[in-house]
Amino acid sequence: MTTKKHNLIDQRLQDFNDDGVDRRGFLKCMAWAGTGLVWTLSGGIPASRAFAKVYGKHAGKGGYFSFVQISDSHIGFSKPANPDVTATLQTAINKINAMPQKPDFIIHTGDLSQLSKPSEFDTLDQALKGAAAKQIYFVPGEHDMLSDNGEEYLKRYGKGTKGSGWYSFDHKGVHFVALVNVANLKAGGMGSLGREQLEWLEGDLKGRSASTPIVLFAHIPLWTIYPDWGWGTDDSEQALSYVKRFGSVTVLNGHIHQIMQKIEGRVSFHTAMSTAFPQPAPGTAPSAGPMKVPTDQLQRVLGITDVNYLVSGSSLAIVDSPLGDSGSSASGSGRGLAVVDSLFG
Amino acid sequence: MTTKKIWIVGLATTVMIALMLLEGTPSVAANDQPSGASADVKIDNFSFGPQTLTVSVGTTVVWTNRDDIPHTVVSTDGVFKSKVRDTDEKFFYTFAKAGTYPYFCSVHPKMTGKVVVQ
Repeated sequence: MTTKKHNLIDQRLQDFNDDGVDRRGFLKCMAWAGTGLVWTLSGGIPASRAFAKVYGKHAGKGGYFSFVQISDSHIGFSKPANPDVTATLQTAINKINAMPQKPDFIIHTGDLSQLSKPSEFDTLDQALKGAAAKQIYFVPGEHDMLSDNGEEYLKRYGKGTKGSGWYSFDHKGVHFVALVNVANLKAGGMGSLGREQLEWLEGDLKGRSASTPIVLFAHIPLWTIYPDWGWGTDDSEQALSYVKRFGSVTVLNGHIHQIMQKIEGRVSFHTAMSTAFPQPAPGTAPSAGPMKVPTDQLQRVLGITDVNYLVSGSSLAIVDSPLGDSGSSASGSGRGLAVVDSLFG
Repeated sequence: MTTKKIWIVGLATTVMIALMLLEGTPSVAANDQPSGASADVKIDNFSFGPQTLTVSVGTTVVWTNRDDIPHTVVSTDGVFKSKVRDTDEKFFYTFAKAGTYPYFCSVHPKMTGKVVVQ
């Protein structure tokens, strides 16, 4: 972790947005914002105010925008690890709504439901109606594909998508690509994108300027975290080869119900916490299933991810916040601090 | 008969029965089940147990999900396919033909198993 920190700080990257701040300078500012963020979490003051200050100072050509990633709501799950996943989802939505700077949209990286039941999707939609951000983008998880290859999911969230539900969109100069790696899974394998989707992806990215910030999001991690538990995507190498030429690539995933990150060149990989239940760290339990924690700890191992972008550049900040805001919990704010530290040194 | 003779006859009978049992077909000896009966596979901790199950033709295999996560039972050769099974739900399949039947969980594809029908 320390080595990664130094590598990031020492990287000499070009000044993308002509505001006199190169990546190193930006990251130093974000380090301040990171410290400020942790401090404000403990103090009970909403976090994104700190970011607004920093961005305001460096905004250059046009401010910034933010969006929130939530994941693995598993509506319909009701076991000891969390008997009320709808309530914890609501806590996440309340947290989003409490941000002084409203996110432009929400991305849900899959496992919306537990069993792909219509009633489960209904409950999710009902809860999300109360979110401050009205635009929500989805990708399915394997739990959403349980009714006839995802028929129920596609009926509700598949408008304008291709194949098993992939699509792309642009927002304030950033190109977002929604990928589906939970369809047509092969025995003994991990996640899979498939040839048709990969061909589509190649075409979708063709001709775009390399300075366009790219965000890829999919349910199962697009890098290999732990093959024994299926935590990876068999054919993601091909997909990642298509984005290699871009100046800034961010990969957002879910599925593993815990935060994991990797930075490889100009590609940042990040997985989110679940809003429903945590799962064990790789290899620390007999299987990847729901992990029971003491009831008063639950809110600290569930969370949302806030992603902030400088519009005119390619710099971004990813901040994970646990649902439990008590501040006194070392693990809670510790997690937030660790995430920010690993990104921004 | 004298006690000694009774004892010898008893021992001989026991040996004979033992020999008969040992000469039985592998499926009968291994599972102690006649054709037409059922055999169980337990699904737990993201795995099928036993991972390889050997049964005789005509046996109905019963998969029971004891995990706290839903799973499916899907033949890799398209022979059988269960609906999603939540905790405590079961899937049944009767194997009418001899052969080897690899299968997996389509939700968690790292979970694989095999039924060998003899």
